[in-house]
Amino acid sequence: MKKVHFKNILIGFAFSPNLKANVFEAMRLANFFDGNLFFLHVGEKTVAKEKTFLEILRNSPVNPKQINVLWEEGQPDKTILAQCTLHKIDLLLLGALQRENMVKFYLGSIARKITRKAPCSVLLLMKPSVERIPSQHMVVNAFESIQTETTIGAALEFAQALDIPKITLVEEISRSKVAVAVDDDRSLRKATLQKEKLNRREISRVNEILSRIPSNLKENKSITSQSIFGARGYSIGHYAKVVRADLLIMNAENKNSSLWSRIFTKDLEHILSELPTDVLIVQNKEDE
Amino acid sequence: MNKPSAIKTFIGDLPKNLFAGFVVSLVALPLGLGLAIASEAPPISGVIAAVVGGMVTAILGGSQLTITGPGNGLVIVLLSAITTLGGGDLYQGYLFTLAAIVFAGTLMFLFGVFRLGALSEFFPSSALQGMLAAIGVGILAKQLHVMLGITSVSGTPLKLLLLVPSSIQQLYLNASLEALLPAGLGIVSLLILVFYSRLRGPLFRFVPAPMWVVLVAVGLTYYFDLVVKSPYPVAENLLIRLPEKVLNNLPFPDFSILTTGPFISTVFSITLIASIESLLSIKAVDKLDPQKRRSNVNKDLRALGIGTTLSGLVGGLNVVTVIARSSVNVNNGGSNRSSNFAHALFLLAFVLLFQDQIERIALPALAAILVFTGYRLAAPKNLLRILTIGKEQAAIFGITLIVTLTNGLITGIGAGILATFLIHVAINRSLFLFSRNWLKPNVLMYKEDESGNYYVSVKSFSSFLNFYRLKGKLDEIPESEHAIVDFSLCEFVDHTVMEGLNDYRRVFARKGGVFEIIGLDAHGTDTQHPFAIRKTLPSNDFFKLGKNLTKRQISLQKLATVLDWEYRSELTSDTKELERFDYFKTKVVNYQYNELISKDNQFHLFDLSYTEGAFIAKEDIKASFLLVELGYSIPKFILDRENFLGGLNEITPYDDIDFSEFTDFSRRFFLGGEDAKSIRSLFNQELVFFFESHQYYRVESIGNSLLIKRRTRLSSIQEVKSLLAFSNELMAILNTRNNA
Repeated sequence: MKKVHFKNILIGFAFSPNLKANVFEAMRLANFFDGNLFFLHVGEKTVAKEKTFLEILRNSPVNPKQINVLWEEGQPDKTILAQCTLHKIDLLLLGALQRENMVKFYLGSIARKITRKAPCSVLLLMKPSVERIPSQHMVVNAFESIQTETTIGAALEFAQALDIPKITLVEEISRSKVAVAVDDDRSLRKATLQKEKLNRREISRVNEILSRIPSNLKENKSITSQSIFGARGYSIGHYAKVVRADLLIMNAENKNSSLWSRIFTKDLEHILSELPTDVLIVQNKEDE
Repeated sequence: MNKPSAIKTFIGDLPKNLFAGFVVSLVALPLGLGLAIASEAPPISGVIAAVVGGMVTAILGGSQLTITGPGNGLVIVLLSAITTLGGGDLYQGYLFTLAAIVFAGTLMFLFGVFRLGALSEFFPSSALQGMLAAIGVGILAKQLHVMLGITSVSGTPLKLLLLVPSSIQQLYLNASLEALLPAGLGIVSLLILVFYSRLRGPLFRFVPAPMWVVLVAVGLTYYFDLVVKSPYPVAENLLIRLPEKVLNNLPFPDFSILTTGPFISTVFSITLIASIESLLSIKAVDKLDPQKRRSNVNKDLRALGIGTTLSGLVGGLNVVTVIARSSVNVNNGGSNRSSNFAHALFLLAFVLLFQDQIERIALPALAAILVFTGYRLAAPKNLLRILTIGKEQAAIFGITLIVTLTNGLITGIGAGILATFLIHVAINRSLFLFSRNWLKPNVLMYKEDESGNYYVSVKSFSSFLNFYRLKGKLDEIPESEHAIVDFSLCEFVDHTVMEGLNDYRRVFARKGGVFEIIGLDAHGTDTQHPFAIRKTLPSNDFFKLGKNLTKRQISLQKLATVLDWEYRSELTSDTKELERFDYFKTKVVNYQYNELISKDNQFHLFDLSYTEGAFIAKEDIKASFLLVELGYSIPKFILDRENFLGGLNEITPYDDIDFSEFTDFSRRFFLGGEDAKSIRSLFNQELVFFFESHQYYRVESIGNSLLIKRRTRLSSIQEVKSLLAFSNELMAILNTRNNA
């Protein structure tokens, strides 16, 4: 099993009302993983800006072992991506925007672009907070894909570091796998049987993956699995929302998303267009 | 169920189905002739459609109980096609229309192939109602004149309606026998149809109402022939003309105007209306199926398409699934597709054997049947019902109705859809909600691993625009399971969805499952109606509380006080899972009211509104029932008074169990049930004597509950009292038996 580390963590910052919360979240996270933290501001460096920022840093209750503050100028998305590669970043933190008058969160167009092209794992934060709100329940994708095993491993490591007690592995079984169309009673019976068969197969597949994961990662965790039949990439987000999970962990997409896939939204695009909760997209580096 | 037993069941059920097919053909003959005449097509073309359609769909179709033939919905489309395509030449127009029918059939077949059975879900329910009402008005407007014996008027439906007073006046001014007789026949026919459901004599009820109309019309000609011995004083143009040799003179469609605009629009109109009418009917008939089967709508569409094409090629109208005839089929014991086939064969036989008699039917009589049909479609009652759901639904209904009447069906339904959408946008004050989420999936379904329940969550909005997605998921849940639909993430739920979900609730209740809807508590609504836009589903007490009690209600209230029981006058949709009883297998329960409940919750006495049959064969019935919870189990049985044929006045799969030792009881009562042996051991001397010595009641046991009913009407206070006394004594006997 390939292992994903979260050692080098980068967060882009802007001088928004959320700045303090974003900084504190990043500091806590880097502390949990005992990692190096990079702060990146894309824009002009002024004395006033630096002063404000350092003031916030000083107020943080926790301090990771190494903090680097980078000031760069240029196009935000390109700069952030370039810095990620330059500093061998493992995890990139991005904040989501809230729709006006709506309790829905979405990613700004720049954040979306970065998420699609990021060379590393990406954590999308919906509601960063100054005080820590511990996560209780994470939902992890367990689709049939070569990346899944790495993702599950990374998820469990994340759960261990952040002390998240409940983990649900979700298998999305696409409708097209159920070859029987439900027309009448007989085809309904057939389809139901076939679904049960697929369900059993998925559960044994997931259990097999779990069995290969070191047992120290599984200690004190309640790990369950749930099969969902539905549109891939969509259902898991909806599910995370329904079970009120506070972290959703997904595979990164192995293909670059084309214009086509953005019009006919699929997989990650559904989640990016409407974040159900905080989302961690795990990049399986050795794949590339 | 293995193959040989399926064949055995089929053969065993064949006599029953032949009978049902026969009764249906009695309805189908006048309707077939009438619908063809109303479309200005040769009368025989309606019968051809029923014969061809019945045979084809019986063999290839995907549903069991539906009857196919010419449909009401098409009358308006066909009428305008026949009158316009031929440029005034009706026969030429008919030939062009046949070609359109052939193409419409092919298109319908393709709908089935591409599994577009969900098509009807895209139409807002109130817009569909409006369209059906417009069709009703269209039929009514024209046929009112024909019913009075006047065939010369023509024009748009609205103009025709305005001309009705002048037609009556004309009748008054020109009061000769030749004018009054057809008008009288038409009016008498209408009266027969209207009052048929009030009369419950078994011999009279054996023949369906439309056939009585035909019998009266034909009988009248024989009266003039044989008794008065004078020529029948009805003009030639008011009598049916059949071709000399029916089978040899089949017309062939004229394909010469294929590419013209009106032709193509006719093809689309026919396909659209035929598909919608069929899909709605299939869905409605599934609700009546005692065996609770689910029809394969796509297979049915394919069969109807083939049937329509073949029918068009031999001069018949197009073939759709028809609700009224199907419900007659169910009520007469039809159990599979052979009854549809039989109905086609009987129709063919009628036409070949009784050509002379058919030609004696006067048009006003058939027009009366159509007036009745049209009225049922357009009854003001429908509008009032929709008004209780919400003003916006009434607006959609009204817009669709008026635009359909003035601009034709396709424009009408289009206007209905547009109006619905705009109203939804206005209600939500947001176009964004719809534009952003329309094409996205919004339904999540999974089976909860610990409870085994199916959980369905709906997001963003749920309306006619995306109901097919929710339906697709719901259709995959076996109806015997527990389903939970959660709308807490959904901002807007429309009337079409609420009504559709209520259908699911019924199906689940019928098949022993549970269908729950949660998460609508936070949604506001304008009216108290359960189907109102974004409103909680009918769980309890959704009809308005009656403020003024009637005399009977006050008496019931007093009775409750005397007995120290609880009395609830209000209407509720809590129907106590009555679908479990055989009695309600082919009936649809609406609501209950005037409920008396005993302290220990053992006795429930209530008035119930339910319906039997559908559309023009529909009967709304209100009757009093007593439901007794036993608390222990006894054999399942049905006990009722035997009818003059020694059977039961309802369809039952059971044989009469007779006792050699209780001959009087066996002669007077029908007793049936699955487990004859344990029923025999239950009915001992004491119990038999008890039933013999009391009034006749229909008693049905489903193990731990009893359903007791006297007549198929509401009981008076006296009757309620004797019903309670009867059941008290019965329970005393059963309780001592159980304790012993």
